[in-house]
Amino acid sequence: MAQRTALYEAHIEAGAKMVDFHGWDMPLNYGSQIEEHHAVRKAVGMFDVSHMTIVDVTGPEAKAYLRRLLANDVEKLKAPGKALYSAMLNEQGGVIDDLITYHFNDESYRVVVNSATRDRDMAWLQQQTGEFDVQVTERTEFGMIALQGPEAQDKIKAIVSAEDHATISEMKPFFGAQYGDVFVATTGYTGEAGYEIIVPVAEVVNVWNKLKEAGVQPAGLGARDTLRLEAGMNLYGQDMDESVSPLAANMGWSVALEPTDRDFIGRKALEAAKAQGTEKLVGLVMTEKGVLRAGLKVIVDGGEGVITSGTFSPTLGVSVAMARVPQPVGETAQVEMRKKMVTVKVTKPSFVRNGKAVVEL
Amino acid sequence: MSQVPTELKYASTHEWIRDEGDGVYTVGISEHAQELLGDMVFVELPEVGDTVAAGDDCAVAESVKAASDIYAPVGGEIIAVNEELEDSPETVNSDPYGDGWLFKLKIEDAGELANLLDADGYSESIADE
Repeated sequence: MAQRTALYEAHIEAGAKMVDFHGWDMPLNYGSQIEEHHAVRKAVGMFDVSHMTIVDVTGPEAKAYLRRLLANDVEKLKAPGKALYSAMLNEQGGVIDDLITYHFNDESYRVVVNSATRDRDMAWLQQQTGEFDVQVTERTEFGMIALQGPEAQDKIKAIVSAEDHATISEMKPFFGAQYGDVFVATTGYTGEAGYEIIVPVAEVVNVWNKLKEAGVQPAGLGARDTLRLEAGMNLYGQDMDESVSPLAANMGWSVALEPTDRDFIGRKALEAAKAQGTEKLVGLVMTEKGVLRAGLKVIVDGGEGVITSGTFSPTLGVSVAMARVPQPVGETAQVEMRKKMVTVKVTKPSFVRNGKAVVEL
Repeated sequence: MSQVPTELKYASTHEWIRDEGDGVYTVGISEHAQELLGDMVFVELPEVGDTVAAGDDCAVAESVKAASDIYAPVGGEIIAVNEELEDSPETVNSDPYGDGWLFKLKIEDAGELANLLDADGYSESIADE
């Protein structure tokens, strides 16, 4: 039987259509995924992300361990609570997972990884501890809710004190801090302002209900996927996996090759891949009727590539996609749709931010 | 359990058909089908004047989840299509047996209607899924 989060009953009560998501019974939608999508872009929505894996990394050599483990460099993290997006690579330079690391101090970090890759991640994290004086501890006693949208800052009032709310309202993007029982991070997967909130499992239902009473729209995996795709955020297993270089997945910006003496796992393979040239992740916009879908063949100047994620964009009213293609890439591409070739526009792999289009249609 | 109106006939491929008199039949997709597909984003309809045979793919319902062919439940000539769906494909979700209809057919051979399922038969066929 699939695993259930503490919010399972709340989802059923709210009329959710449940689906299996990598071994978890999760809400796909609560009626209309398009309405849930618009709620997040225009007002506020919340997602149960309790299936995600929270891992605390502590000990005298926590920093040295993470500098070896991750393609991005936790040395950049100075302020307490500052967060960092990074790939975790194998020796061949393929992406084991993408994750966010919060820095509390040089001996204490929190890492949030994908649920789909939990077993592989945990085994890898433990295996790499090796000689490092570090403890890797999975924190299953927490649940997690993502509160996202322009009204998130107002709605979070419902679950914190007025004093904490004032502090939270001043938080800069990509920080996390503990407020009593509630860990609040200014992160998300939608391209909107908002929070990812970690609370003890026993409190999750209470927090969810308070937010719901405050008028927050519950949103499911369907809306989560269209929101993250519009925002140009990768989905592990779709836009990259262990066979894909971060350089071919629009993650080059998160790979810290400086300082050159930091020997992180996958570094040699990445340097070789960089010298040789890699495929590239681009955005596609199709103004004709129809929907670009993962797996479709794409032809660019450099040859044949593939759509890694595609959807109908509710915000733009057209179909958008991310595609991994060989270079060079021109201004347009050909996609093999049902029975015919269609010309689509090539863009950066980012379509909507803070409720506004960032591509020209 | 989704609604399966008893006055309609159904194809196992989830289309419904309603007798409007004079050999004219309205065609749409069942509530069960729209639930399976999720939010509709485009509906591609046939041309008025097209002639279709029973089982021909003559329309496409494209949802957030997938593009699905719609098959003509019986043969005939397309005499009307629901142009409202161009701007509001979501009507197929909200009112699949009413304003969310797809097209109207003038049928050639009333005998083909016998190959369709009644409400009980269709309900049974979707209960197994």
